[in-house]
Amino acid sequence: MNENTRLERKATEIRIAVLKMIHEAKAGHIGGSFSSIDILTALYHNVLNIDPQNPTDDARDRFILSKGHIAEALWAVLADRGFIKKEELKTFCGFGTRLIAHPNNKVAGVEMNTGSLGQGLSVAVGMALAAKMDGKAYRTFTLMGDGEQAEGSVWEAAMSAAHYKLDNLVAIIDRNRLQISGTTEDVMTLEPLPSKWTSFGWHVVEVDGHNMNQLIEALSTNRRGSGKPTLIMANTIKTKGIPAGENNPAWHHHVPSDAQYKAALNELEAKLT
Amino acid sequence: MTHTALERTKPNKIANRQVISDTLLEHGKTNADILVLTSDSRGSASMVKFAEELPDQLVEIGIAEQNLVGVAAGLAHSGKIPFVASPACFLSMRSIEQIKVSVAYSQTNVKLIGISGGISYGALGMSHHSVQDLAVTRAIPGLDVMLPADRHEAKKMVEALIDYPRPIYLRVGRNPVEDCYLSEDYEFEIGKAVTMHEGTDLTLIATGETVRVALDSAQQLKQEGIQARVLNFHTIKPLDTEAIAKAAKETGCVITLEEHSIHGGLGAAVAEVVVQQHPVPMKILGIPDEPAVAGKSAEVFEHYGLSVKQVVKVAHELLTK
Ligand SMILES: [Mg+2]
Repeated sequence: MNENTRLERKATEIRIAVLKMIHEAKAGHIGGSFSSIDILTALYHNVLNIDPQNPTDDARDRFILSKGHIAEALWAVLADRGFIKKEELKTFCGFGTRLIAHPNNKVAGVEMNTGSLGQGLSVAVGMALAAKMDGKAYRTFTLMGDGEQAEGSVWEAAMSAAHYKLDNLVAIIDRNRLQISGTTEDVMTLEPLPSKWTSFGWHVVEVDGHNMNQLIEALSTNRRGSGKPTLIMANTIKTKGIPAGENNPAWHHHVPSDAQYKAALNELEAKLT
Repeated sequence: MTHTALERTKPNKIANRQVISDTLLEHGKTNADILVLTSDSRGSASMVKFAEELPDQLVEIGIAEQNLVGVAAGLAHSGKIPFVASPACFLSMRSIEQIKVSVAYSQTNVKLIGISGGISYGALGMSHHSVQDLAVTRAIPGLDVMLPADRHEAKKMVEALIDYPRPIYLRVGRNPVEDCYLSEDYEFEIGKAVTMHEGTDLTLIATGETVRVALDSAQQLKQEGIQARVLNFHTIKPLDTEAIAKAAKETGCVITLEEHSIHGGLGAAVAEVVVQQHPVPMKILGIPDEPAVAGKSAEVFEHYGLSVKQVVKVAHELLTK
C-alpha cells in the first residue's frame, strides 16, 4: 500500500470513529470535524515528529488545535496514533470524562486547552519563539477555522509571527467556507483571505485540503531559513465524506438521525473494502 | 514583628515596579529562561534597563494584550518563565480570556504583572483605572493573585515567583509607596498573611498600597488606647482563611482596606470567610461602584475613606456595636 492510500484509509477509519462518537454522545461538531480530518490525519500519521510513548519529548513537533470545537476528531486521531485507548472514545462528552468537547491537556498528546477561538495562533507563536531562542529544531503547527479568522487576536498573532520571522511556524486554515450561521462571506467577508495573510508577511500555500499528496507536500516542506511563517490555506468541504451533510451549514453541529447515521456508516465502510 | 515598620521610616523614592525590574534583571543575568514581555510598556514598567542589558530576554509584542498573554503562554509551555509587564487596566481586562484559557486553564507558568494598578493613573479616568482586577482574577481557578505592600515585599515576592510553578497575577502601583517593612530580613511565604502589628481589639486587613494606611491607622488607634491587629494579605489567592477566622475570633471585628472596588475584592474575600466561619461586625473600605474621581493616589484614597481618619472613625463605630 502506498503512503497516500494508507493515509486515505486512516482518514476514513477516523471519520467512522468520529461518526460513532457523535452518534453515541448525541453531540459534537460533525461538519468541521469532517472537513479537518484529512489535515489531522496527514499531520498525525505522517508529518509531525511525535511519539506516543514519549508525548512530552522536548524535540517533538507541537500542534495546537485552535479550532478547539472539533475535539472529537482530535480524540479519534490520538487514539488511532496510540496516545489514548480506543475504548475511551466511547466516553466522549460523558459525565466526568477527560474527552470533553474541546482539547484538554490532561490527555497525553494535547499541548494546550483551547475552545475560545483566536487563541491558538498566539500560543503557537510563543512555542515557535521559544524554539528560536533555544536553537531547537522542532516545528509548531496550528489549525484554525475560517470563521475564526474574524477574531482580532488572530491578526495580532499573525503580525507578531512575521515580526519575529518565525519560519518554524505553520498555521493551517480549514477553509470550508461555512460557519454556524451560513457562509463565511455572508457572515463576515474574509476574502481576499490569502492576500491578507501575504500582506501580513506570511508565505501562503493553497492546497486541496482533501488531497493527501498536496497536504503532505505542503505540511512537510520545512521553510526554516526563509524568515517567514507559513500559512496553508486548505480548501475543504464541510462534512466531507457524508454526502447528505457536505457543504450544508445545518450540519455544523448536527447529530445525524439513526437513518442518516446508518447511511453514512455504510458509505464510509464501503470505502474500506 | 520586629521586621515591620509601624512608624514611617525615611521617605522612599523607589517604586515597586522598579524593584520588580531590578530583581528580574539581577536573576535574568544568570537564568536565561527569565523573560519579560511588554506591550509597548517597557517604559511604564521600568523595563528599559532590562531591555538594554538583556535584549534577548525582552519580548516586545506591541499594543496587543491578547497576543501578549497568548505568546507568554506558549513560551511558558516551552519551559520559559515569562513575566508579562503591562498596565493592569488592560492586562486584567483586554486579555482576560487568554488569562482564563491559555494561562489558568492550561496551567502555563505565566507571571502576569499588572503595573500602574488601582487608581495609580488617577487623572486618566476609568479606562486606565483597574479596580475590578482582583474580583475578576480571583474568580479564575488555577490563578493566584498577589499585591506587594512595599519595595521590600515586592523584591521577596518576585524572587519567590521565579521558582513558583503556578501562574499568577501580581498588581503594583505606579508611584513609590512608603515602607511597611524595615528590611528584607523576614520570611515571606506565598499564601500566608503577615501580622504586621499585634492587637486584640479589632483587625485591619489590607493589601498592596493600603497596608501602609492600615499601619498608620493602627498607630493612631494605639494613641487612643485601641490595639488594632494589622494583617498584610499580600496574597489574595490562595487566601489565608485561617488568619481571617483567627482574627475574627480573637479581635471581634474586622475592617478591610483595598485599592479596589468594594465589590468582589479583598473585602469580599474576607467577608466570605468571616460570614461562614466566624461572623463578626465588618466594614469594607475601598472604591465605591462609580468611575473613580480624578486625583493623586493620596487624594483619591482620602476622598474614598482609605485614610487614617476614616479607619479610626469606622473602628470606633464597630467597637460600639
Ligand atoms: Mg468553517
